[in-house]
Amino acid sequence: MNAEEIYNLLKEKFGDSILEMVSDVPTEPIISVEPLKINEVSEFLRDADEFQFDSLMNLSGVDDDNVEKVTNEDETITSKGGTLSVFYHLDSTILKHKITLKTSTNRDNPEVESVTNIWGSANWNEREAYDMFGLKFLNHPSLTRILMPYDWEGFPLRKDYENPEFYEGMKIPY
Amino acid sequence: MKTEEMILNMGPQHPSTHGVLRLELVLDGEVVHDVKPHIGYLHRCMEKHCEAMTYPQVVPYTDRMDYLAAMYNNFGYVGAVEKLMDIKVPDRVEYIRVIIGELQRIASHLVALGTFGLDLGAFTPFLYLFRDREKILDLFEETCGARLLYNYMWVGGLSHDIHPDFIRKTKEFIDYFRPTIVELNNLLTYNKIFIERTANIGVCPAKEAVNLGLTGPNLRGSGVKFDLRKDDTYSIYNKFDFDIPVGEGGVGSVGDCWDRYFVRVQEVEQSLRIIEQAIDQIPDGNVKSEVPRRVKPPVGSIYHRVEAPKGELGYFIVSDGSLNPARVKVRAPSFVSLSAIGEMAKGYLVADVVAILGSLDIVLGEIDR
Repeated sequence: MNAEEIYNLLKEKFGDSILEMVSDVPTEPIISVEPLKINEVSEFLRDADEFQFDSLMNLSGVDDDNVEKVTNEDETITSKGGTLSVFYHLDSTILKHKITLKTSTNRDNPEVESVTNIWGSANWNEREAYDMFGLKFLNHPSLTRILMPYDWEGFPLRKDYENPEFYEGMKIPY
Repeated sequence: MKTEEMILNMGPQHPSTHGVLRLELVLDGEVVHDVKPHIGYLHRCMEKHCEAMTYPQVVPYTDRMDYLAAMYNNFGYVGAVEKLMDIKVPDRVEYIRVIIGELQRIASHLVALGTFGLDLGAFTPFLYLFRDREKILDLFEETCGARLLYNYMWVGGLSHDIHPDFIRKTKEFIDYFRPTIVELNNLLTYNKIFIERTANIGVCPAKEAVNLGLTGPNLRGSGVKFDLRKDDTYSIYNKFDFDIPVGEGGVGSVGDCWDRYFVRVQEVEQSLRIIEQAIDQIPDGNVKSEVPRRVKPPVGSIYHRVEAPKGELGYFIVSDGSLNPARVKVRAPSFVSLSAIGEMAKGYLVADVVAILGSLDIVLGEIDR
């Protein structure tokens, strides 16, 4: 089943929760979904007979790098808006087709539904996305840092990240 | 009688953890109730480094993830960038990449099999397998100058053409190596003690294996016939004839540690078959003719996956049209495999955790990146 057909079927079932499909990119078509509907959509994609997406190949956070810089009257610069995205690459080992889902959420309160209850492999990938981007996955069983130390401050893969000056009394960068 | 769960830390420095890894075992007596892996001891944030590098400069960073299969990491990454830029590499390059990739798979599996035996107390096979792996590393050294971290595959080509003696020496290696698989089977595979330690241990049913994201030999050990070289073919793998071995419960039940181990043994033979077919067909050509002067992909994103020795290795690259990638995410097979250990080890004994961990064949460089 190709991306176009999948998109049309999803649109029929979920209506406005399915935002758009970008297919004119040189590489792979991407279907955008509302961040708070992703669990429902994923469950449908896994269980429906015509899809059977039984495997989540990859889950990746991305900083879209679209923060607006506003210069105030007193010449200080404040940033406004901007989004973080999560990409889901699904694969069906039974029907041998693939699809990419994307969901974007705002940077200040980045909340996305977790899909750990649907695909077990999402568990650590979501923890990594939280660790690196600060994405909050709602209903995740244990959303804690995984690669960085537990008491680290900041989210390293965000584009506006700056190293803290000290970590536990050690100077960074040393 | 009142009993309490006990927490036991295994690692971070433990010979059976294959690197710097800490496992928090929740025990009831000797029975494992839960395993919580703590990772990140080798974290270098390679993905952040990549954002400051140009596309070709990322290749050496990929070497340092799965350092036992560095060639295959290169293979996956350059494949992703080539797909993004729509580069068609010369046939000679494709053939050399496949041959080198399969040699690397053998080398990686030899370490996996050897250390697995080592974990369970079989020291001798480990030495035999490292002796054979050495011969593959010698071939690589003659080809590109490095023994472990190669930076051999470039976007659009290779850093060096193969050595004039490469074909002869590879054939010699195949002739030498094939009988040693029988030797391994006699020494370790059908050893009674080894079977007692691995049969019916860490059983992972097929459906659960897919859901937990196990890939590669771990997934095939559970009886799922899924190999990206055939099912989502890339490079020129569709030109070769080879089988996909799956776990059949040879001495225990399907999906146990022994099955995962034995799938690797069989895969080594299949890799030899691929090399044999490819080695006589290498066409002439220039391995650098398609290497672009400036690697500047169009705006877009790509997820490209290859069948690395440890499982599905995927590169997700987002390009903003500049010389540096906006985001590189690596879907490391070991990372996902390790996350499954909690489910797999439940109800077994402490000594079995070592067997299960060994059978998953993880590399911490790839998990922590």
